[in-house]
Parts: sequence; structure tokens; C-alpha cells
Amino acid sequence: MPGEAELRLRERLSRLRSLPLLRGARLSGELERLQRQLERIEEGATDEELWKFVELARHDDRPYTLDYVERLFEDFVELHGDRARADDPALVTGIGSFGGRTTAVIGHQKGRDAGERAKRNFGMAYPEGYRKAMRTMEIAERHGWPLITFVDTPGAYPGVAAEQHGQGGAIARSQALLARLAIPTVACIIGEGGSGGAIAIALADRVLMQQNAMYSVISPEGCAMILWRDGAEKMKAAAALKPDALHCLELDVIDAIVPEPEGGAHTDHDEAARLLGEVLRNALEELGGASGEELRRRRRARFRSLGIYGTRNGVTTAAPQAR
Amino acid sequence: MFASSEFRDNRGVAAKIDVSIEHRNLPEEARNEKTQDPNTCPKCESHYRDDELEANLRVCPHCGFHFPVRASERIDQVVDEESFEEEATDLRSEDPLEFCDVRPYPERLVEAELKTGLGDAMIIGRAAIEERPCELAVMDFSFMGGSMGSVVGEKFSRAAESAIEHGVPLISVTASGGARMQEGILSLMQLPKTVCAVEDLRDARCGFISIMAHPTTAGVLASFASLGDVCVAEPGALLAFTGPRVVQGTTREKLPEDFGLAEPNFRYGHVDAIVPRPELRGLLAKLLRLFANAR
Repeated sequence: MPGEAELRLRERLSRLRSLPLLRGARLSGELERLQRQLERIEEGATDEELWKFVELARHDDRPYTLDYVERLFEDFVELHGDRARADDPALVTGIGSFGGRTTAVIGHQKGRDAGERAKRNFGMAYPEGYRKAMRTMEIAERHGWPLITFVDTPGAYPGVAAEQHGQGGAIARSQALLARLAIPTVACIIGEGGSGGAIAIALADRVLMQQNAMYSVISPEGCAMILWRDGAEKMKAAAALKPDALHCLELDVIDAIVPEPEGGAHTDHDEAARLLGEVLRNALEELGGASGEELRRRRRARFRSLGIYGTRNGVTTAAPQAR
Repeated sequence: MFASSEFRDNRGVAAKIDVSIEHRNLPEEARNEKTQDPNTCPKCESHYRDDELEANLRVCPHCGFHFPVRASERIDQVVDEESFEEEATDLRSEDPLEFCDVRPYPERLVEAELKTGLGDAMIIGRAAIEERPCELAVMDFSFMGGSMGSVVGEKFSRAAESAIEHGVPLISVTASGGARMQEGILSLMQLPKTVCAVEDLRDARCGFISIMAHPTTAGVLASFASLGDVCVAEPGALLAFTGPRVVQGTTREKLPEDFGLAEPNFRYGHVDAIVPRPELRGLLAKLLRLFANAR
């Protein structure tokens, strides 16, 4: 058994080594650092080590959407409101000039201090936020501008009003519109990629993820509450969910990992923005040649292929009627 | 890894609750848990024989409460006799994350298959309703809380493709706690995957009718279920992105008595109609006629 497990690990490592960690980005110095991180994980990360990613992804000083927008976009104009009910500060949208080209931006926004955190609702959007995002997607589509989204949310807001205003439907429709766009789209998980609230703006041609970000179907705390019936088992839950960038890359959920400054994005916002900007530019460049129709077809094919399942031929187990 | 002390709860109901994403807060079922009898009406406490309930489409003859319906029985209720041809029967879940909480995921899968006789939480296939052809994708809550993992996402996508190939409308019936946590991020990816399938249907101008049964929550509500050309709810069904217990626990808000149910969803404009089960087949037949006319 140990021999087999080791063999499997080795296989996995060699597969990981061949993955496009940076996907064409001209950042060879960073590649080495990512490789080292990869090896550390492969040597068998403990629950505590995997938990570090969760902590880094949620770090109070981690750059948020507007920190990157400020550093990467010129002439940024924020667009507010869903034209139906409200403006949701947990999700910002706007247009600006990125690398000399008008580009639309959508991103979750957390707050830096207590007051702003409350105002931004900790980056947890209401349906109004996703409807505002859709409005900005439509503007980009109309004018043929590329779209960049920054994902950083614990999840869509779980409140009474959010339900009454149609949280589930808003998340579904936001994805549906992203699946329909005929413009180049790039999404990057820059902190917490929390479940439905994250995927609502992450159905893109290229999905990137920062080195210390996390992307998960449920928060480790929520998972621990349900499966272990004890929120304190969050480390075990995080280890089981494998929400780190390398695992997401291995499962083809993301296309490339965006390197962060040594120690994490929070240590140097300028450098984090420079590294992110470089990879974003490359991603948009790669998408530049394709027609809108082609982009849409490939985007849908990309998501169509996600999932791992098997087949069992022959008759299934006889059915004892439970009810 | 297989420590026997960890097999602490293998009662059917508990296992069902364990796997649904955040939403084990189903008031009716909580009450059912107490009575331990699936054929006792949780609303009026009338008791029925199984064949009585089946003959009445599993609607309480006394108070109109809608009991859960297994996928195969649902199909029998709505389609023309002998018209159903199941597709993609051989798909089975894998364990890509080698996920183990208090029990390994493969063990939960085997148990679910033995209990339900199903390969996973969705059945798809071609059928006819009042002689109009259609494609069906029907979920079964008794297979791991109807949770959506790679197999459910794949089956829904194949159902959409089959509908497109044959130029017929797709009808989905959902009963799901959401994404299947045991498949981690891959289960989240089934949201965009099924959404893309719906967009393909739209491009092909195939109708899509979404029937939301109890419960249609979280990942399934936040993906294909909400995207029907026509969205129909069953009376009393919980249709919520986040279930009442989690909302209560997170926000400490006072919840309305009918929080998240089909009725307030209808009032707020999220569904086209609430249709009692005995009227469902007739409505589907009518819609299939209308969609066929439009082509």
C-alpha cells in the first residue's frame, strides 16, 4: 500500500510539473518560487499548512479589487447601481483604461477598517450587486470592450432580503450572461473565491488565481459544521476541500496561477499589482485574435469539460424502494 | 481510515442531511424525523399506506401536503406510459479529491446506490407527454440529498445536448440541497457547466421548463433551475439560495414564517406559477404544445 501511494504521489507531481503554472507569462523568476511551493505541498502538506492558504487569502492587509484597479487602470470611472433598486457596495464595477485599452471591471470589494467593512458587507453581495455586474457586462458587450473580473468574497450574502430579492436567480443569470458574451473575459480569484457568490462573476475565457488565494464550494467553517457537526474542525475541512491554487490548477478549474510577492500579496501591494497586471495583459493578448463567436464557443466548451466521473457498465444495484 | 467508531450515524435521514450543502433545515422533514414514518403527513399527521399515497401522487388527500417523490416515480407520474427511455445510465461519481470527513466519500456513494438503486442523484432520458416528445432531467433527493457533483452536471449537460439534437424541449425537475461538498471545487464548477448547457439550449431555440420541487436550494437554484423559460414550483417547496437555519445563524435576523418557500417566491416574482402535483402533467402537455407551435 505505501508503495502504491508513493507512486500515485510521484505521478501527480510529474503531472503538476508539466502544468502551465504561469501560462505564457514572462516571469521566469517567479516560476521557480511556485515550483518550490508545489514541492512543499506535494511532500504532504499538513492540515495546518493548508490552513495557511485560507489565512493568507483572508489576510486583513491583502489587496482588494480597488487596490488593484487603482494601480492597473487609468481613467477609471466607477459605475453604480443596478437601475432597479439599489447600489451594492460589496461589488464594484466600472470602466477604465488597461494597457491602453478601454476595459470593463467587476470585482467584489471588502473593507479595510470596521466602518468600511460594514459598508461593504465584508464583500458579500446582494442580488443587486450581481445585477449591477450584469449591467456592466452588457455595456462592455455593446462596445466590444474586454472584461476583467476580480473575485474576492466569502460568499453571496445569506440574508432574508437577499433571498426575497432573488439571490439564487441573480447568480444564475449573471453566469448565463457571462456564457453569452462575445468579448474576451478574464477572471482572477484574488482572495476568497467563496462558492456561488464567486462563480457568479467567474465564468470567463481565462480563469486565473493568485498563489495564495482560495477557491471553494463552501467555506471550511461551513463544511466543518455540516460534515463534522463542529465548526472547530475547519482545518480538517480545509484540508479535505483542497481550496488552494495548485489543487484548482490540477483539477483544470483554473488556467494559471498568478504569483505573489514573497510572503504574500499583503506584504507589497505594488509588486502584487505588477505581477497580476503582467499575467492579465498576457491573458487578454492570447484572447485577442479570436472572434466573439469563437470566444463564446471555447468558453462554453471549457466549462463543459469540467468534472471528473466514471462509468459502470451493466445493471445497477437492484432498487429497494426507500419510499 | 475505516475506524468503525466513525460510523456513528447511518440512519437514512441523517445521511441525507449530512451531505446537503448548508441546508438541512427542512421543517417538514425535521418533523418527519420525529415520527420516523415517511408515510405520515407532517402537516396533518394523517397516516397512509404506501399504495394509497402513490395512487394520490404522494399528495396528502386530507390537507394537500406534497410528500417527496422519487425520480422514477415522478417520471411515471408525468410521462406517457412506456415512453421513457433512460440515457447515460452508466455514469458514476469518482472521488477526485479523495475526500474523507467522518467517512470516506466512496463509502457514502456505495451506501446511496444501495439505498436508492440509482447511479447518482439525477435521471435523464427521452419521453413523451400527451404524445409530444421531450427530454427529461429529474433529480432524486434520496441520493445524497440530491446534491450536484460531476455526474449530475454531466447528466444535465447531456440531457440538454440530447434535447438540442432532437429539437425538443427540456424539462427538469429539481430536488437538491445544492452542490456536493465531497467533490470540492469541482462541484462548484457544475454551476457554470449547467448554465452553459442552458445557454446552448437557448441558442438552439429549444424550450426549457424548470419544475422546482422541495427543496431546490443553493447550487442548483443558483444555476440551471432558475433559468427555465418557464419556472414552476411545487406548493410548499423550499426554494432558497441559503436555507433558513443558516440565514438565522449568520445574520440573527428574525425570519418570516414562510421564509424561502414557493409561496413568497411567487409573490416576489421568482417563479411563474405554483402548481399542485395533480395539475403538473396537464401543464407540461400544454407547454409542450405551445413550444412546438412556436418552432
